[in-house]
Order: sequence, then C-alpha cells, then structure tokens
Amino acid sequence: MPDVHTLVNDFIIKLKKRKIEGSQATAKQTAELLRSVISSQRVPYTNQAGALIDAVKAVGEQLIAANPVELAVGNIVRRVLHIIREEDLSLTTAAMAGLNLSTVSDDEDDVDRDNYPVLSAAVVAAAARSTLRPPSLQTLLEDMPDAAAIPHTSSSGGDSEGKSKSADKSSRSRKLKHDVIEAVNELIQDIGTCHEQIAEQAVEHIHHNEVILTLGSSKTVLEFLFAAKEKKRSFRVFVAEGAPRYQGHLLAKELVARGLQTTLITDSAIFAMISRVNMVIVGAHAVMANGGVIAPVGLNMVALAAQRHAVPFVVLAGSHKLCPLYPHNPEVLLNELRSPSELLDFGEFSDCMDFRSGTGSPLLHVVNPTFDFVPPKLVSLFITDTGGHNPSYMYRLIADYYSADDLVVQRRPATGS
Amino acid sequence: MDPRRPPRTVIDPKVRQVGFFAAPEPIASSPPVSDISPSGNSLSPVMIPPPRHSSDAARPVLFSPVPPASPGRRDSLAPSDLFPASSPTASSPCADAECAFSPGRPLRSNSVRPAAAVTMSSSLPGRGFDLTAAVTASSVPATGLMKIPSGFSVKNAGKARNASVEVENEQGSNSKPLKEKTTKAERRAIQEAQRAAKAAAKGEGKAASVVSAAASASVNVKPHKATKAPTVAASEKKGGGGERPVEKERKKEVPPPRMQYDDTSRVEKAKRRSVVKQTEARNRVELFRHLPQYEHGTQLPDLESRFFQLDPVHPAVYKVGLQYLTGDISGGNARCVAMLQAFQEAIKDYSTPPEKNLSRDLTAKMSSYVSFLIECRPLSISMGNAFRFLKSRIAKLPLTLLESEAKASLQSDIEQFITEKIILADKVIVRHAVTKIRDGDVLLTYGSSTAVEMLLLHAHELGKQFRVVVVDSRPKLEGQRLLRRLVGKGISCTYTHINATSYIMHEVTRVFLGASSVLSNGAVYSRVGTASVAMVAHAFRVPVLVCCEAYKFHERVQLDSICSNELGDPDVISKVPGMEEINCLNNQANCGNLQPLNLIYDALPSDYVSMIITDYGMVPPTSVPVIVREYRREQLWM
Repeated sequence: MPDVHTLVNDFIIKLKKRKIEGSQATAKQTAELLRSVISSQRVPYTNQAGALIDAVKAVGEQLIAANPVELAVGNIVRRVLHIIREEDLSLTTAAMAGLNLSTVSDDEDDVDRDNYPVLSAAVVAAAARSTLRPPSLQTLLEDMPDAAAIPHTSSSGGDSEGKSKSADKSSRSRKLKHDVIEAVNELIQDIGTCHEQIAEQAVEHIHHNEVILTLGSSKTVLEFLFAAKEKKRSFRVFVAEGAPRYQGHLLAKELVARGLQTTLITDSAIFAMISRVNMVIVGAHAVMANGGVIAPVGLNMVALAAQRHAVPFVVLAGSHKLCPLYPHNPEVLLNELRSPSELLDFGEFSDCMDFRSGTGSPLLHVVNPTFDFVPPKLVSLFITDTGGHNPSYMYRLIADYYSADDLVVQRRPATGS
Repeated sequence: MDPRRPPRTVIDPKVRQVGFFAAPEPIASSPPVSDISPSGNSLSPVMIPPPRHSSDAARPVLFSPVPPASPGRRDSLAPSDLFPASSPTASSPCADAECAFSPGRPLRSNSVRPAAAVTMSSSLPGRGFDLTAAVTASSVPATGLMKIPSGFSVKNAGKARNASVEVENEQGSNSKPLKEKTTKAERRAIQEAQRAAKAAAKGEGKAASVVSAAASASVNVKPHKATKAPTVAASEKKGGGGERPVEKERKKEVPPPRMQYDDTSRVEKAKRRSVVKQTEARNRVELFRHLPQYEHGTQLPDLESRFFQLDPVHPAVYKVGLQYLTGDISGGNARCVAMLQAFQEAIKDYSTPPEKNLSRDLTAKMSSYVSFLIECRPLSISMGNAFRFLKSRIAKLPLTLLESEAKASLQSDIEQFITEKIILADKVIVRHAVTKIRDGDVLLTYGSSTAVEMLLLHAHELGKQFRVVVVDSRPKLEGQRLLRRLVGKGISCTYTHINATSYIMHEVTRVFLGASSVLSNGAVYSRVGTASVAMVAHAFRVPVLVCCEAYKFHERVQLDSICSNELGDPDVISKVPGMEEINCLNNQANCGNLQPLNLIYDALPSDYVSMIITDYGMVPPTSVPVIVREYRREQLWM
C-alpha cells in the first residue's frame, strides 16, 4: 500500500509540474498506475466491484485535479471504471447462467449472496447503457431490462468480456480483480498500438501526388504518413512549424529521414499555401463528445483556412483521446497558458515589463496558450483506431468506452474515500 | 476629373454621409488634403481629388473652348508653389497635343522613331484624329502649328523648342476669344475625344514598353524585369496604328505579365545582363519555380568588394541596394522612400552625355538602377508605382528645359511624391482611421505597419483608452519592435504569436492591418500571415480595417498568394533562435527532401476586409478599382 501511495503521489507531482508530455504517454502511465492501484487494493468479500471502483475513483480524482487540462487522465480513469463495471457485470451474468452447473458450492453461496446488491446496480447500469447501445432485435422483443436482457447486452460489449468469460469460474472472489487487471493490461496495450491501427488506414486516405499539410508534431501523424509512404504512395508534405514550440521542425526532420518530400513553412504561410493542399492531417489533444477537438494551438486557424478552400480537415486520434465530456467555452476553460519566455526574451523586454509595475497593472501582457478548440463543423473526418468517423458520431463512439455513471468523477468525494 | 460626374451640391441627401465617410472636418495646412475637400466634392462617397497641375494646366489651354465645368474644383488646382517649374512643364504637352489638330500631323506617325521613351503626349496624334473632326468646328487656327510636324522630333530638340515656344505664344493670344464660341454639344464632343485620347495614350504606353523590352537590341539598358515596373513612357514605336477603336486599346491596359523564372530562356537572358552574380538555390520548392530563388548571402560580399569599381550604378543607389539586400531597410514605405531619395541623389549628379537626349538617357539610366535594385531584392508594388511615376515625369520633361532646370524639376517632383503620397497620405489615413477607435476598444494588429503604428500613437495622444494586441510571427518577429515602441509610449499591449490569434480574438473589437499593396480585385497583398489573422477575425465577426496609402494600389489582380510572391531566405526558417535542440537537427538535414520555404507576402481575399482606409477616404474593397483608375489617371497626367 505505501508504495502505491508514493507511486500515486509521484505521478500527481509529475502531472502538476507538466512533466509528462503528450496524451499518449499520460494515458499509458495513468493506466499503469491504476493497474497497480487495483492490484494492491484489498478486495473485500462483499461488493468487490464497489470497492475497486471507489479506490480507482479516489485516485482518479486526485489525478484529474492535478492536471485538469490533460483530459487523457480523466479518460483513462473512466475507462478503468468502465472496465471494472463491465467485468463485474459479465461475472454476474456468468454466475447467473452457471448458477445450476457450478462446481464448488461454498464459493457459489458467497457470490450469490454478495452479488445481489451489485446485481441491482449492474442492471441499472445495463439499462442505462442499453439506451445507448444499438438495440438488438431480441432485446426489443423481450421488453425487460433486467436479468434476462443482460446476457445479450453484455455479450455485445468489448472482447475483454469474452476473454474473461472463458476464465476459470471456480475462484470468483479473486477473479474479478484478475479480470480487471487483464483488461487494463489490454487497455495499455491498445494505447501502445493505437498508432499502428490508425496508420493502417493511411492508404485509404492518401493517394498519389497529393499534398498534405500538417502543423506541429504528432507521433500519430508521423506514423500515418509513413505508413502511406511504405505502401509506395508518393506525396509531398507541408509542415507548419507550430509556434511557439516549433515541433514542426522535428516532424519535418523525421519525415525527411524517412524519405518523404517535405516543405517546411512558417505558421503565417498556412493561408497562402493551403490553396494547393489536398488534405490537412493533424493530431489532436483530445476529442470532445460533440466532435470538437482540443488541439495544439494554431489548428483553429488551419481549420478555418481549410474550410475556406474546401480542403478536408482530418483529425487522427487514438481512442484514449476520446473524452466523454461536452465542452463549454473550451478555449478558455480547457486551456493552459505557458510561459511568456517562449515568445519574448525577458532580457530584451525587462525594461518594458516593469514599466509601471509599481502603479497597478503592467503595460505588457504576453499570452501563450497551449491549445485551440476546433469546433465540430470544421472537422471533416476523425480517424481513430476503430476506423473513420464523422464528428457527429463521436458521442456514440464514446458511449462504447465509458459508462454513464462515471462521466463525473470528481463529484463524489464522499464515496471516493 | 471625369466630366460626367457633376459636382454634388449641398442639397443632396445627408444619408450619403453614412458608411465609408469620415466627418469632413476641415483639414488644413496640407496641400493634397485641401484638394480632397473642396466644397463641391465633400459629399462624394469616394473622395478623389481632381488631377492637378500639368494636366489641368494644359487642358484649359489645350481645349480652351471648354468653359470650366466645375469651378469648385478647378480653383483648388495647380498650386504653383508645389510646382516651381510648372509653367514650362505644361508647355510641351500643349505643344504636342495641339499638333493633333493640324491636318499634317498623321503623316508623322508613320515615320520610324527611336525605341526609347519620348514624351508622353507624343503618342496622342494618331488617336487625336477623330478629335480633329470635332474640333475643327471650333476653328483652331492651324497657322503656325503647321511647322511643328516637320520639325518636331526628339533628335533635333532645338527646333522643337522653338516651335513649342511659338505655340505657347499663339495660344496665349487665341485662347480668350475661343472660349465663347463653342456650344454645349461641341464641348461634349471635345471631352469625349479627349478621354479617348487619354485612354489610347495610356494603352500605348503599356504596349510600347512590352515591345521595346522584346526588341531592345539597340538600347542596352532596358531593364530585364521591365515587366515588373511597366514603363509608362510612351514611345513612338507603336504610334503607327492610327484609328484602332478605343475598345482595343482598353485591352492594352492590362498590366504585362511578370517575369516567370521557370522560363529558362528568359532567365538566361536576364542573367547575362545582371550586375549581381547570383547562385541559384540548391533545392527549390517545386511550387515556386516561377519565382527567383537564389542563395542568400552570397551576393553581399561580392557586391561589397565591387563598391568602387561598379561604375554603372550610382553610389547612392548602390548603398540602398545593399541595404535592401541585408534587410536594413524593410517595410513598403521605407523602401520606397529610400529608393526615391537615392534616385534624387543620382539625378543631382547626373549629366547628359554629349549627343544624347536627357529624358531618354535618364530613363535608361534609371531603368538600369531599378534592375540593379531588383537584383538586390524584388521591387515591391509600391516601389514599382513610384518608379513608374518617376519615369512618366522624366518622359514628360519639356524639351525646352535646360539640363539643370530639368534636374531641379525632377528632384522637386520626387520630393513632392514623398511628402504628398507617403508622408501626408499617412497623416490623412491616421486622421480617418482614428475616428474608428473608441474608448474601451481592443485593437489587434499584425506585424509592424507604419501606418497602423502612427494611428495607434495618434489615438493615444488624443487620449483614447484602448488596448493593443500585437500578433507576431516568425521569422522576422517585426511585432516585437512595434511592441517595444508602443509600450515605450505607454500604450497597454498584449503580445502573442500568430497561432494564438483565435484564442485572443474573443476579446478583440477591431483589427487594423497594414498592406504592401491593394490589388484591383480588392485583395490585399501584405506581409505573410495577414490573411490568416483577417480570416480568424472574420470568423469571429470582428471588423478588419486595412490601412494603405493610395500610391500602393495596383491594377493587377490576384486570387492566391502563389502566382506572385517573394521568397525570402529559406535558412532563416530552419533556424529557430533559442531552440538549440531543433537547430542542430536541421543543420545536417538541409540536403535532399527538406525544403524550407520563406514566403514574404500573402494575398488577403477581399471578403475578409471590412474597409480599406486610404488617403482618399474609407472605402470598401470593391471600390479599389475605382481608385486605381482615377488615381492612375491623375498620376500619369500630372
């Protein structure tokens, strides 16, 4: 337990200091941390799932508070909570199905007794979910949201459940935790391989002699372009350098190293160049439920320019970037201001900065935001590891990964601890 | 001034003032401004001052039968203090145009003339043919004028001088009685004819420059990029085509195509003539093959070493060229003023070689200077316009002038251009634009524009309470210099980079932008990034106001920023100061597939522009072609 605490604290400090860069790394580390939290959590006999959920929520709340702008943390916490609920549900249904053919009686008694309160919660959750899931004909016919409907709904869930179902049913008390950890491992793996899965679709979108524009640097974009190049597509790439961090230089370097024809332009030249561009392909920081994108700063401008010239604006996003929240004033509330020293040399402007420092507000402000919000109407297509999607479909995709109960993680401090 | 437009009276509905019109406050003490608000003109939506000096000085004499149609305007014309040499200047076009009425005149148009520029109005006669018919009724005395056709040629200027002096005398005696004789219909006919003649002259000027550029075997100093700054001087080469319809001539007004650098044969030709030896950039961007892409930094040491041996270029011009090359002088106005002042110097030291004609030789010399400057850095459109003005002035120098007088006249012309078209124009723009700043405004500006800076400082001096957002972008980071000056004056500023425009745009109430040029389709050709800023402002429903002096307007049209642009040093792009981890990576990656691209300008589509503020007032972008047309007429004929 103490090492988990120190792990959590270390991670929180890292988040607070913004030491972790990129949503993929953040997501991966969050998932790993939560895995260790789960594995170290002592599971009571009663309400195992509830205990796990509480533990994860407690940690998740701290993590989210540590960096509320890094939405990947919240996403992963919710994903893990969702996994716990799903595993629990599948176990319950398995128990209900195997009620008669169970082998060990004493365990079975325990489970039966213990699971009833959980079952009711699970049924409610399933009912809530079934409104989001595509209704199968059978569930429509049997208009009962309770136990009978559960097998069908849960079997339509992710493959994690299918695997867990095949596991040994004898040790059910330990099984939940085990299954959850398995599923989290799978999640971590998914996060790791989402680039490849997105990149696989590259050939369907990039054709010969196309001109592609991107801004800043994104590993997903790099892999995507490279995958198309691997498939013998020849195309050229315009890379905007992406002030104030100029990560575009690194991307351009990488692309050139892999043999792609690359033109490096300034951010200001985007509007001039976009009339000759066939497609804009960019990465995202997070994708909101309404299809809007929290993206590196400057992308709103690119999206507007693309719209002006009717150039498709394609956003690549791994599923860990899908955020189940709807944004409100995201330019301000989900943004972060970085150090002004990236823009202005303090040494040169020190005399201006304290020009009137004694007598009220200073004359010079420097604004250096990190993110931009691209509204859904400017996005042509999302390419995730599950395929291409319209912005208007995002809410539905998100429902596959999150359960409605977990949308608000922070609101329950009482149950959290 | 266009005679069809009657002067508006004060009775006209007041509604007219709504929209793009600043309060017609009395603007005193500046000569061009006094032209803008004569009593008759003050309600006109587009304030276009009537053409001044020589054209007007010429017209009452030339078409002496025409009674002053708009006395309200005419009285504000030709302030002789601005044009010390105005009366001799006027005499030559008079003499020439008067020739048009003589029956013997058309003969001359068949004679072969030298390629170089003669006087502007000498191309008139052919066109003036139908005009003769109309005017004969008004009985212009042909006596005495008959001498001119035979004698008038540039080669024997002495004779022409005599002739024109004679003409001057005659006119003095004739003009008075003629005035009463014409009827309204006749006047109308004369005006029509005159307009046609003007259009023809203009068109021919253009055509001639193209032709002479192609066949400039005899004249070795023809600028190889003459297309960039179309010569206005009308040479007599094309003078033959007598009675072509006006419609055809209209077509010629289209500016000639610019030099395309993917045309190898022409590039070779240009290279042979160039002063500066340039090496072509190693990996050029495919999309921009039509633009010059040279290795930067290679010419400078070479040029520096040849400072004392390079005789064809005047030292002042040479100095300015080097300053362009190193980037010490940048910004449309600064470059233009520097060029004109260098030319002033050059004219001061100029002396006509024996056996040569001043206007022709000087034009050639100036053209060679300009082609040198182009080699240092491509001319901006404003500089092209200024040079075009200078050339037309040289071409219209009366042959009667002594060399010293001609030089003095040119120098004062240049001086006047600088004060009137640039300095005073900026003042007028500031005066107009400051009415659009209210207390509590948040004004966004991009890069560093002199006009906008003057505007902000002026508004601050007036005590308006506002905040300025300075948006900046690599590689030049001009905004930092602007920021420093604004903060130094005590204006509250916010500084950010171009990517954050859409973040900061929520709080902005107005966007003020400078421009390098305004093209006649309303597109604003400006520092790269301006279009992005305007686009974001448009998306956020923030008005975009463009401040641009009218001498920067150009009749060219452009839809994108690729067909015509300027490429800066690409190495600047790949080096980011203060970011070592990026730089070291990029040093070795210069070879092969990586092509840094440093665009200098972009074209901002007109639908993003709410208003263009010029020295003629505040106009919507759709009015730009009107100003271009009127302004050019004024410029050519003054």
